[in-house]
Amino acid sequence: MSVTVYVPRDSAALAVGADDVVDALIAACGRRGASVDIVRNGSRGLFWLEPLVEVVTPRGRIAYGPVAAEEVDALLDAGLLQGGDHPLRQGPIDEIPYLALQERLTFARMGVTDPLSLADYEAHDGWSGLRRALTMDGAALVEEVTQSGLRGRGGAAFPTGIKWKTVLATPAAQKYVACNADEGDSGTFSDRMTMEGDPFMLIEGMTIAGVAVGATKGYVYIRSEYPHAIASMREAVVRATAAGFLGADILGSGKAFDLEVRKAAGSYVCGEETAMLESLEGKRGIVRAKPPLPAIEGLFGQPTVINNVISFASVPIILSKGAAFYRDYGMGRSKGTLPFQLAGNIRHGGLVEKAFGITLRELLHDFGGGTLSGRPIKAVQVGGPLGAYVPESQWDVPLDYEAYAALGAVVGHGGIVVHDDTADMAQLARYAMEFCAIESCGKCTPCRIGSTRGVEVIDRIVTPTAKHPRVQQVQLLRDLCDTMLYGSLCAMGGMTPYPVMSALNHYPGDFGIEPDAVPDAVLDCPQGDASTQHKQPA
Amino acid sequence: MSQTATAAGPDAATIVDELVAAHRGQAGALLPLLHAIQEAVGHVPDEGVPAIARGLNLSRAEVHGVVTYYHFFRSKPIGRHLVEVCRAESCKAVGADALMAHAEARLGCRSHHTRADGGVTLAPVYCLGLCALSPAIMVDDKPYARMTPDKFDRLAAKLEIAA
Repeated sequence: MSVTVYVPRDSAALAVGADDVVDALIAACGRRGASVDIVRNGSRGLFWLEPLVEVVTPRGRIAYGPVAAEEVDALLDAGLLQGGDHPLRQGPIDEIPYLALQERLTFARMGVTDPLSLADYEAHDGWSGLRRALTMDGAALVEEVTQSGLRGRGGAAFPTGIKWKTVLATPAAQKYVACNADEGDSGTFSDRMTMEGDPFMLIEGMTIAGVAVGATKGYVYIRSEYPHAIASMREAVVRATAAGFLGADILGSGKAFDLEVRKAAGSYVCGEETAMLESLEGKRGIVRAKPPLPAIEGLFGQPTVINNVISFASVPIILSKGAAFYRDYGMGRSKGTLPFQLAGNIRHGGLVEKAFGITLRELLHDFGGGTLSGRPIKAVQVGGPLGAYVPESQWDVPLDYEAYAALGAVVGHGGIVVHDDTADMAQLARYAMEFCAIESCGKCTPCRIGSTRGVEVIDRIVTPTAKHPRVQQVQLLRDLCDTMLYGSLCAMGGMTPYPVMSALNHYPGDFGIEPDAVPDAVLDCPQGDASTQHKQPA
Repeated sequence: MSQTATAAGPDAATIVDELVAAHRGQAGALLPLLHAIQEAVGHVPDEGVPAIARGLNLSRAEVHGVVTYYHFFRSKPIGRHLVEVCRAESCKAVGADALMAHAEARLGCRSHHTRADGGVTLAPVYCLGLCALSPAIMVDDKPYARMTPDKFDRLAAKLEIAA
């Protein structure tokens, strides 16, 4: 009898040799006359265990990892195919605490199924949200999403239902749905995992959006750095269309929705929604002034729903289980769950989907297991390159959009990058300015020029001269950040001050400043509320 | 990617013309067209810009502006292999800067450059989404994570791109 073995096809698993493991398994099983059926699933998101091999046994799926191709023979000797004991055996996958302690709503299928199998998707609650949506009218659908409390998961946290309502209420011959899959934030990979590991979920969410607002055409704008995500999304669109889940007559409902995958071209600022629209239109990715809102005049001048991958991917379960089910997770005005992504210098890096309200300390220690290097954690950047560095004194604040805004920080897209005590925060602040200078679209002056001036002024703070005393340069940096924060057109320039000022405020010693010597004014955090003032690039 | 590069000249011009014709009716066609050209030719040749502009009813300046705006598009051929080393925060937290320095030394090629023998192009990249297993690199669209100098040397030897 053939034994089913799962080996992920997620690009992070491939990056540590999953394909080699598959080749070794096929060869070794061939030599031994053992019959195996290898399924390439998505990743469970326990990346330190990749390549994570799962074997189906009468006691459930037994996990082994991290498996190297050279270890396959020894594993088979130990009874891999029967779930036998071995130092790499992690036990039943569902009982591994890292996974068992999560609240996987959006990522419920992740790693469980073959991402491109329509039968698998259907067997694991797939399309039930869409089927219900097709029985409802647009207003009821939008109301359901509004009631769920879902807010934009790309980082700006704007209520998704309100955005959809605007598009629904704007009459037009053609409306669009655009998915922002330009996941450029360092430390984030939940969009990539979704597109590689559960692409039909994104298709279902976008189709529901199209049905809700009356849009018949959708685009998925995927960054060029994600070749595997592009390939799996394209294949998933072909299969979903052939099976009638997309096309001129979705499941016989008479409603139409087509989807096209578009490849981005390596511009970070195209994660800003209006720059993305320009790019989709075939232009340079230059940020547009708002208003008009994209919901009223978006892609090709037409009303357009723009959401991040995870926002759309959260919609099927909201429709399938109801708004109240989703809203019961989370706290305050941050409802539902967020897939947090543990990255950087972290022992157990991976994806942790939890309801809002979990603390950074729980994520870093209970899930992450501390640093990879074994040294103490010094700083944690939350929310991508434009997010603040959060010092240990703030690790017990619940992860909630409003609570983080009150800190002068952002939850953003849920990326968490850990640095140990060897990190030089002045150099990381300098890098934030340098990155802004590289990626600025150039439309507004605070971002285009301010970022270059920022690099220079940080250099002078670190190496002051008689002509440029440190105290004066620190004040200059603070003024500059103030100008960028309030004067930039989008989050690129408007939020670069977050990592810069938080590094300066919380780690003055790295800038050569004695903590006691810093005037109080210099320690003020930026007070901007990212969730309302800025649209953060995905 | 680079392996598909063909000689420039009439061949490339024919490819560009065919691809322009194929994309002409597409809404917002310029990026998909440039991707198709770069995939087929290996880069977007300057000589192709007038044909692209004509085909899509754009000015040459508009096409040139788009080609040069995006980091991904290149006007010149690159090496036989493209090595991209992530320089973003997550990878920096576990030694990406040292890894880039190591790559430059091992490949005999500075970042942002193609080696004189055309064997390899080395470039920075800002996030490959492999951040739980940093540091990460990509070689010819193939991802590698938890990269170390030793692993890099073995990979360079296998691809015969060491200096």
